[in-house]
Amino acid sequence: MPSFVITEKCDGCKAQDKTACQYICPHDLMALDREKMKAYNQEPEQCWECFNCVKICPQQAIETRGYSDFVPLGSSNVPMRGTDSIMWTIKFRNGILKRFKFPIRTTAEGSVDPYAGKPTPDFADLKKPGFFNGPARTE
Amino acid sequence: MEKETCTFSYCQKPAVTEVECDLLIMGGGMAGCGAAFEACRWANEKGLKVVLVDKAATDRSGAVAMGLSAINTYVGENKVADYVKYVRNDLMGIIREDLVFDLGRHVDNSVQLFEEWGLPIWKKGDDGFSLDGFQARDAGKASLKDGGTPVRSGKWQIMINGESYKVIVAEAAKMALQTNREKTGMEQNHFERVFIVKAVMDTNGKNVAAAIGFSTRENKIYSFKAKAMICATAGAVNCFRPRSVGEGMGRTWYPVFSAGSGYAFGMQAGAELTLMENRFVPARFKDGYGPVGAWFLFFKAKATDSFGEDYCANKEYFDDAVARYGDYAKGMGTAIRNHLMMRAMKDGKGPILMNTHTAMAELGASFKEKLGDKEGAKKMKHLEAEAWEDFLDMAIGQASIWAATNTEPDKTPSEIMPTEPYLLGSHAGCAGFWVSGPGDLPGTPEHYSWGYNRMSTVPGLFMAGDVVGASGHKFSSGSHAEGRICAKSALAYILDHADYKPSPKMSLDEIAAELYLPFEMYEKYKTYTTDPTINPNYIGPKSLQLRLQKIADEYFGGVATWYMTSKTMLEAGLQKLEMLKEDAAKMAAKDLHELLRCFENYHRILSVEAHARHILFREESRYPGYYYRGDFNKIDDANWKCFTNSKYNAETHAWEFKKVPYVQMYP
Repeated sequence: MPSFVITEKCDGCKAQDKTACQYICPHDLMALDREKMKAYNQEPEQCWECFNCVKICPQQAIETRGYSDFVPLGSSNVPMRGTDSIMWTIKFRNGILKRFKFPIRTTAEGSVDPYAGKPTPDFADLKKPGFFNGPARTE
Repeated sequence: MEKETCTFSYCQKPAVTEVECDLLIMGGGMAGCGAAFEACRWANEKGLKVVLVDKAATDRSGAVAMGLSAINTYVGENKVADYVKYVRNDLMGIIREDLVFDLGRHVDNSVQLFEEWGLPIWKKGDDGFSLDGFQARDAGKASLKDGGTPVRSGKWQIMINGESYKVIVAEAAKMALQTNREKTGMEQNHFERVFIVKAVMDTNGKNVAAAIGFSTRENKIYSFKAKAMICATAGAVNCFRPRSVGEGMGRTWYPVFSAGSGYAFGMQAGAELTLMENRFVPARFKDGYGPVGAWFLFFKAKATDSFGEDYCANKEYFDDAVARYGDYAKGMGTAIRNHLMMRAMKDGKGPILMNTHTAMAELGASFKEKLGDKEGAKKMKHLEAEAWEDFLDMAIGQASIWAATNTEPDKTPSEIMPTEPYLLGSHAGCAGFWVSGPGDLPGTPEHYSWGYNRMSTVPGLFMAGDVVGASGHKFSSGSHAEGRICAKSALAYILDHADYKPSPKMSLDEIAAELYLPFEMYEKYKTYTTDPTINPNYIGPKSLQLRLQKIADEYFGGVATWYMTSKTMLEAGLQKLEMLKEDAAKMAAKDLHELLRCFENYHRILSVEAHARHILFREESRYPGYYYRGDFNKIDDANWKCFTNSKYNAETHAWEFKKVPYVQMYP
């Protein structure tokens, strides 16, 4: 659903050097109105509904509204992304409420040390199958 | 028409930054991240500089930006040769078996790393039921690397909790790039929000000397000079008019931001293409394009027409398919299943339904039988969450549609529908560049290998992920592994060509003038009319895209004609496309966002041209259910069981086509 920004909640990420939603949108959709200091979706018909702006907004100011060309009004789908899990609250048009919680990662954010404990590459193998950390399968 | 040029008389001249490196990685999706991870480890030892450029933020860029609920390629207990067989069947008999086998023997290494980095992977519990990534960890289940048993949805697919899949993979790539900065003293080697739009050839007439791009955040142009380059900038989406043409235009199945930039880059460099006639038309949950894989394979749901008939088992449809498409129809690959679905739809038997409710009822009954009422109900609750997670991890909008239409999957079925066409080489499609294979596999013919694995026909230009042709079904994990394969061979190329110094054919001033021409156009003419959006002197990015989509849809076999085209239709469409291509020289942009869109749509035009010309060349219907040549509506193995390769000359706009022999390497 194209994302929209709730006027009252958005603070234009004043405390940061750039707005979170502008930073993350894979399709360069989120823009900042510098006069109002409010973010907005500048091209809703190009929105993939990836929810990345919704998930990253520090003010929880961004939600989605169903694509106007095929989605009836009245429902909502709101994520709350934590450090290891994500919680979804889904409200149906007829009022049914569903809540789900799913794991998102088993390690702490920022903890990946890509080469720790891994072998150093052997340049004799550079042109052979396999990666620096192990050979290719044989069968 | 008079040619327009940019002399910076109207728009502001951008700052130009030159970045010199050894290896340039274009694209920060799965393939680009894989390339960075593998490349830096080797490059650090030799002090070689690795740079990655991404048009978005790498944490959430590429096809996995939203997340995924499954990894579709994990060979595990299976045989690599069987993986080749499966890919060959699904892609109607013509694939590069050396590339596919090479992928299969490498891919598991990447999947095991994802788990090590923190990706939660479902495991089989002691009772045979599935455990999510946390439950598996808490139950002390072994990792994949240590022999843990994943939850298979199909033979090659494993289930994951993949909301943060891309964030995790990006973290490893970013950390790897940091180690390379530390080793080489480079100030910056990870550029986000820089969009590469053009390949500039070397004065030697062979290599690509520089990749040119612009910042989408400030008035700045970049020229990246490199000894070798990896092109990993995805397939082409929203080239054909989509089924939803209002706000829902962005709800494409593949990412709306995949603009064919990788195809365009290689074409500008004159790299040889293969099987660009191939496309993918996924049958997906209607409108939200939610995934069907888990429903078919994991929940064992059946798709039927509205009368409850399994259209794949319809004798009339099937016999006709065999008559036209021979034994390929019996293989029941994705294209053939699409074809049979479309037959039912054309007979008015739609909507086609995914019977989620009967599948869940059957699973619920079997749980209760095995575990009793109380435990069975508990498992059922877990199953319901799994069904929702499948959408929430990767096509969130589909879950929102369920909520908006009061659809509870355990109570009502959902419609499925074939989408608009997509061009790609990593999912169930194989449109892309002709690249060298590894060369070490028994039975490799000479024309499959020219020294450096995954190098295109342009020296030093490597391809990974969606832009590699004739090697589909790599998916997310395979694209990561392919990026790594590329990285190694690109570094081998760099070390073998240590004396090469890139010398671009164009000056920085010429480059700046070409990239900022759409700004010059806008500023020059904008006041001629009272509303700058309607102006006879230029064309805006939105109009470019809509014109392209209309041509592609109506002439090249989009949804408007039920994917049907022919020689006469293609030729008529190509004439219109030619004019659109000319008009692209009059693109206008009012800001950086529109400049991005202008060049994205130009890349789409080039991708579609290649696609249409390839369909024209191949005089048969190799991929029924994806597209049809009405004038040759059959598979003709005697004449066309071969690769169709082409070369585009960016200066003369001339095309060369040829047939290239297919060789079966595995039984």
